[in-house]
Amino acid sequence: MKWDEFFVTGDPMIYGADVSIVLTMVGILFYLTKYKKWKWLWDEWLTTVDHKKLGIMYIVSAVLMLFRGGVDALLMRTQLAVPEAKFLDSQHYNEIFTTHGTIMIIFMAMPFLIGLINVVVPLQIGARDVAYPYLNAVSFWTFFIGAMLFNISFVIGGSPSAGWTSYMPLASNELSPGPGQNYYLLGLQIAGIGTLLTGINFLVTILKMRAPGMTLFRMPMFTWSSLVTMVIIIFAFPILTVALALMTFDRLFGSHFFTLQGAGMDMLWANLFWLWGHPEVYIVILPAFGMFSEIISTFSRKTLFGYKAMIWSMLLIAGYSFLVWVHHFFTMGSGALVNSVFSITTMAIGIPTGVKIFNWLFTMYRGKIQFTTPMLWSLGFIVNFVIGGVTGVMLAMAAADYQYHNTYFLVSHFHYVLIAGTVFACFAGLIYWYPKMFGYKLNERIGKWVFWVFTIGFNVCFFPQYFLGLDGMPRRVYTYSEESGWGPLNMVSTIGGFMMGIAFLILVYNMYYSFRYAKRETTGDAWDGRTLEWSTPTAMPPFYNFAKIPEVTGLDHFWRQKQAGKVEKLKAEDIKPIHMPSNSGVPFIMASFFFVAGFGMVFDWMWMAIAGIIGVFGTLFYRSFEYDDGYYVSVEEVIETEKISK
Amino acid sequence: MAHAETHDPNTPLEYRSETGRLNILGFWIFLGAEIALFATLFATYMVLEHRIADGPSPGELFEVKSLLIQTFLLLTSSFTCGLAVHEMRRQNVKGLITWMAITLGLGLGFLYFEIEEFLHFIHEGANIGTSAAWSGFFVLVGTHGAHVTFGIFWVTMVLIQVAKRGLTPATSAKVFITSLYWHFLDVVWIFIFTAVYLMGMVTHNG
Repeated sequence: MKWDEFFVTGDPMIYGADVSIVLTMVGILFYLTKYKKWKWLWDEWLTTVDHKKLGIMYIVSAVLMLFRGGVDALLMRTQLAVPEAKFLDSQHYNEIFTTHGTIMIIFMAMPFLIGLINVVVPLQIGARDVAYPYLNAVSFWTFFIGAMLFNISFVIGGSPSAGWTSYMPLASNELSPGPGQNYYLLGLQIAGIGTLLTGINFLVTILKMRAPGMTLFRMPMFTWSSLVTMVIIIFAFPILTVALALMTFDRLFGSHFFTLQGAGMDMLWANLFWLWGHPEVYIVILPAFGMFSEIISTFSRKTLFGYKAMIWSMLLIAGYSFLVWVHHFFTMGSGALVNSVFSITTMAIGIPTGVKIFNWLFTMYRGKIQFTTPMLWSLGFIVNFVIGGVTGVMLAMAAADYQYHNTYFLVSHFHYVLIAGTVFACFAGLIYWYPKMFGYKLNERIGKWVFWVFTIGFNVCFFPQYFLGLDGMPRRVYTYSEESGWGPLNMVSTIGGFMMGIAFLILVYNMYYSFRYAKRETTGDAWDGRTLEWSTPTAMPPFYNFAKIPEVTGLDHFWRQKQAGKVEKLKAEDIKPIHMPSNSGVPFIMASFFFVAGFGMVFDWMWMAIAGIIGVFGTLFYRSFEYDDGYYVSVEEVIETEKISK
Repeated sequence: MAHAETHDPNTPLEYRSETGRLNILGFWIFLGAEIALFATLFATYMVLEHRIADGPSPGELFEVKSLLIQTFLLLTSSFTCGLAVHEMRRQNVKGLITWMAITLGLGLGFLYFEIEEFLHFIHEGANIGTSAAWSGFFVLVGTHGAHVTFGIFWVTMVLIQVAKRGLTPATSAKVFITSLYWHFLDVVWIFIFTAVYLMGMVTHNG
């Protein structure tokens, strides 16, 4: 392979990206060296096993990926703004919609939610850390390395271009030659390992690490939604693991699972992909539902309406999520009977979802509503998500789907559920728990600007796409003719897209502005909250979270304590030495070996892949022989951290 | 990380530490994920089983003798693995290591006959690229074989730790977890034995 095949060449935008990547790297290295931050970076972040820090790293990565995926989106909208535009050629456009979809789902939505789960869930259940802190670091670093491996594709070797669904035979060696598709397979595979481990880790954490008195039916709704999500992850992600492995075998080792030759079956890929892919949709929406439940309850000053109905509907949704996958390809010849069955299961999911919507409305009913920014996002969610939900039921009708399939109607539908559901929740959750992570709130006035510009831009962007779809505009086309008459609505849509981009910039500005000027929180209870994460005396909990593990007597325990004026003051005699896990650099090193292995596989350099895999197993065995029982935080240190006067 | 140590003498050693209990539960859940993984591979094989292109059908090449030897070795290894854990419960380090070593020997024997069988199939003109059916066969059975291989390395590592440190709550939890893993591979083999080999031979021979 020559160097001009190794690096992507020939496009000025790519050269621009190359230059900016190199400059950013040099800038970071310079900063770390000049201010002697290397040791800080290693001790505080790269080796940490603290769930709060890992959560923050997840969220930072997710925001970066939101930027990357957002730039992809704006490039596409620019190309589509006018008919027959020459801004991007078809291959480049295909690559961009592929990376946009993959990054937004796998490397933005999921890590954003998992990041918030990391920060919040152990605090909500009154635990000092997760069940397996070391494994949690492995999860983060494998996700991060998977994301990086996928992201370098656009400057080294070329990006995948077969869509985020990578249907065969389009994604085969014959129709997608080169390393691009391999990046997709390996990047997702490595990140998927991290996700599965997170699933096991948080399931055990929630089942076994709850504070005394917190029975399952006293858990906060966000913790419940995380629990259900983890169960879905544990049963859905192995399917993706297998599907990706089989396609990797097809591309690298000449097997015939999905190929046209050798009696392979291309539809098997579509089935396996969506057997994972549909539960995946609920993996990214259930935690969002959980966050909205917390936020709506907090800012309505009321206990969540229909607590148990919320839980049962989530469990129903989780079950149904495995029974609807065929609706992604009604038109691909399953036959009337199969289509009818999956049509009905799909519509049935609307019922528990509807229950949840009404529960949120009834939570607000006769509540004293405070229109804070997290609450605005939650209200915006209810309105916009219902639009996405209703069009979802339209798409669920198999016969009608023949009309909507592969058009912009579908594109608009899933952006209405994923943006108004997941992305709104990520913003709402980020703002809501921002003081827990950083000790100050984001500015509310600027935050409201973000909300309105984003929400209006979102509707301007995607509402016209329903009509473009009904008018027959297919998805994934890189341009369209003047005569089609789709020009004006596409222009409107593009304007909306750029409004969302501007809103993102205002959000980033808000982070900077609040970092500089926001009033620092003096208590741990920034929003007059209801759940245990607000009960820590300091705004940002110390690394051991709770000096004394709380004892819970019911739902919204902290809130009821406050109402009764019985919030316990910490006393010095209550403090006992606290056992904590040690930091470890092994997860980071293991993930680096994963990168080597993945990169080798992408380019079919087996010596490199084998070296990387040996490295991964080496770190596993190293860890097996390492007997580290953690350490104890002394009573004196806790007393000093908590500033208790004797 | 509360350290509520249980000292009831009837509690097995591996359950006496908080970490031990958490790790064992977590591993059970991991086995749940493994079931999903193997279920996907089984489903894939069953869908592709009859798509043999121009090659032989799997049932045509399966041989009873090799199959029975492999099955006998692996099933026996699960039994000896159980005996090893039994010895561990009796605090008998020597018995534990002896039975586990026998388990590993049987596992190695299983791998030897499996690899020999694979080479035989390849010699007969059936490799991973022959047809969809054979792709499915090699990846399903090969994934099981790779698990056994990993298990042999893993159990060896754990035994070294037991030899060095004796039986502690930490090492006994590790032994117990590897035993769960080993029994699980045995269960998967029973499904491979039935759904792949027996069904394949029945279909081929009528």
